[in-house]
Amino acid sequence: MAVETLGSAPRKTKVAPWNDPVIRGWVFQIVVVGLVGLLAWYLVSNTMENLARQKIASGFHYLEREAGFEIGDTMIEYSPASTYARAIWVGILNTLRVAVLGIILATVLGTVIGVGRLSPNWLLSRICEWYVEAFRNVPLLLWLFLFYKLISEAFPGPRQAISMLWNSVFLSNRGVYFPVPMADPIHKWMGIAFLVGIVAAFFINRWAKQRQALTGQPFPTLSAGLGVVIGFPFVIWLLGGAPSQMSWPELKGFNFAGGTVIQPEFTALLVGLVLYTSAFVAEIVRSGILALHKGQSEAAAALGLSRGQSMRLVLLPQALRVIVPPMTSQYLNITKNSSLAIAIGYPDLVASVNVTINQTGQAIENVLIIMAAYLTVSLSISAFMNWYNKRIALRER
Amino acid sequence: MTDMPAGERRQLAPPSDDTGILGWTRKNLFSSWGNGITTVVLIAGMAWVLSWFLEWALFTANFTATTGSECRGQGACWALIREKFRYIFFGSFPYEQHWRPLFAVIAMLTMLVLSADRRMWNWRLLVIWSVGSFITFLLMFGQLHIPLSLILFVVLAAGGVGLALRSAVADQTERAAYYALIAIGIVGIGLRFAGILPAWKLAIAPLSYVETSLWGGLPVTIILATYGLAFAFPYGVLLALGRRSNLPLIKGLCVGFIELIRGVPLISLLIMASVMLPLFLPSGVTIDKFLRAQVAVILFAGAYIAEIIRGGLQSLPKGQFEAADAMGLNYVQKTALIILPQALRVVIPPLINTFIGFFKDTSLVLIIGIFDFLNTANQALVDPNWAGFPGEVYLFAAFVYFIFCFSMSRYSKYLEVELNKGMRR
Repeated sequence: MAVETLGSAPRKTKVAPWNDPVIRGWVFQIVVVGLVGLLAWYLVSNTMENLARQKIASGFHYLEREAGFEIGDTMIEYSPASTYARAIWVGILNTLRVAVLGIILATVLGTVIGVGRLSPNWLLSRICEWYVEAFRNVPLLLWLFLFYKLISEAFPGPRQAISMLWNSVFLSNRGVYFPVPMADPIHKWMGIAFLVGIVAAFFINRWAKQRQALTGQPFPTLSAGLGVVIGFPFVIWLLGGAPSQMSWPELKGFNFAGGTVIQPEFTALLVGLVLYTSAFVAEIVRSGILALHKGQSEAAAALGLSRGQSMRLVLLPQALRVIVPPMTSQYLNITKNSSLAIAIGYPDLVASVNVTINQTGQAIENVLIIMAAYLTVSLSISAFMNWYNKRIALRER
Repeated sequence: MTDMPAGERRQLAPPSDDTGILGWTRKNLFSSWGNGITTVVLIAGMAWVLSWFLEWALFTANFTATTGSECRGQGACWALIREKFRYIFFGSFPYEQHWRPLFAVIAMLTMLVLSADRRMWNWRLLVIWSVGSFITFLLMFGQLHIPLSLILFVVLAAGGVGLALRSAVADQTERAAYYALIAIGIVGIGLRFAGILPAWKLAIAPLSYVETSLWGGLPVTIILATYGLAFAFPYGVLLALGRRSNLPLIKGLCVGFIELIRGVPLISLLIMASVMLPLFLPSGVTIDKFLRAQVAVILFAGAYIAEIIRGGLQSLPKGQFEAADAMGLNYVQKTALIILPQALRVVIPPLINTFIGFFKDTSLVLIIGIFDFLNTANQALVDPNWAGFPGEVYLFAAFVYFIFCFSMSRYSKYLEVELNKGMRR
């Protein structure tokens, strides 16, 4: 009998191939992928046949054709003579506009309500709780319809518009009209100065933190940063001769001319999205703060920090670690829920693509465009929030 | 303060301004200057809003008008709800047959309430759902035609599931019964495909047939949400298991599918189901619009449920998997008998929250022209006789949605406490 030498490989037990987990795994995978592939092939071949029968050419060439439909609310130059590609781009910009504004406003309102629910004042915390329950438990679409119908039916027509702030802002069922500065070449430079200000504020913040870490001297970062961000454009405005010509909304015929307008569809969508999502944000913020140990706020108080300081320097940075991941999914929800715009006639991405589908019959290409656009936005938001989450994560040494 | 002799120390009552209504008010409403001002401002604001609302909704409201014009210039026009509530609840279902959707809703609610009871979380759940679904769809359709192949398939599935789960514990006769079911199923389906068994259908037809395009209102909303979740659940479990699998191709497929569905809005899936599904099918085959919406909801729900269940799977300690392997259980037994019962327990409260979400999200089907509860409420506004009272109708609809969602969220909170009893010290 051979004696096994030390260190030789252990003898492999012989397993029948049908009992080998590795082989089994691969067979199973090949079968499943094969079945999925068969299903896909079946669907694709049916689609090709159907398209050929309906004489619809596949491909994205239709994007260069003239769209021929009106869009009520555009951020860039658009007319019915523009191409389908331009119409869809208008839709994407509109989606982004409402999503970005919605995310900012819902975060602010939700944080206020979430902190309000923890207030020592019983009445305030109860009101915040009712607010959360009322908005969470009713479909967003219903809120959108309600706000839209209220604006378009309960507000007066342009001729009887409610005027506010010494006849400068008008509320009517065509939207909110308010004055804006006359277009001036200096505005472009002010915009650039604003961006420069943001970058400068970022570096001031970094420098101030470094200095505090080295010398312990605090620096009023917030006011300095705000000063730079607002001050740079203001200086440019003054240098440009301080053009203060305004364009005022005036009633001309049946509607207002001049000034600018926030459309009722946009208002209803934004208000609905913000109120609905802020209820969820409030719950996230509340649970984030509640997750902190009570010793944290007591220790901060014992160190002599004021309530605001302990919130800003001790509690919030820790609560953010709990808050950020669920907040990310709320931000994604706002972006996706903005597609409900189609129900109240705000021309977002889905709405323009839907018109395009009805006019061209290019269903597959258009659905692909929707999916690609939303996936891009969703993945960018996730990537940004993941980066932020990593930045604020607990650094264990 | 006088010292009391030992043994005669009386318990002093707390100071009078610290107890009772007064003490409570002082502590909770006027603990500081800022707090007191907040309270006063809030009470004033609430009084103003409430008086305005009550004036509108109650004191100047009209409950008895017969047309919208009688309501004009007054408070809330609740007469509109009185006139339209049957349409709002049941849509275009034949008017004299409205008892059918009513009892269908009652059947489904009974089914859901019974399933909420923890004592039913065993084989009884299967019975409750089979009977409840049968009653619901019999009432809604009026007639059910069950093809023979479906019956044979159910027989086969029952045998297969029974054998997979109970082969280790079943006695000789039970195992024989499972084999018999499988054999009947396979042979029957084979014969049916070969054309030897006829295309027979079990017809149960006590009532007149009502097609899905006439369904509307509350039953549609409840059916879409309930069956959306019921079908999405097993498929979400499979997706979650696939995502945790160590077979790379399966994992890739599941991750891709889940992330794709979760990255796009439900509306785009509904639009896809309504414009692309007809393209996917061979010419001549059409799928009912209601079914298309239901399929979209199931696909959507499955991806979200999969992520929740994955959370439950990840919360299990590794030892559970290893212990199951050590006992010699195969993958199906390990998953069904050891892993899932523990993982699902953890995820029941978040699953109910997801269900609340789907209950609300089913309202989106109105975009593709299905008459769910929100859509019938919407349609009630179209009547020119009653134009101009959107607030009343939407508040009423919001109230109905609120009752459903709020009670479910309370149940989920209760369950969270109940299921964690064993964990608390």
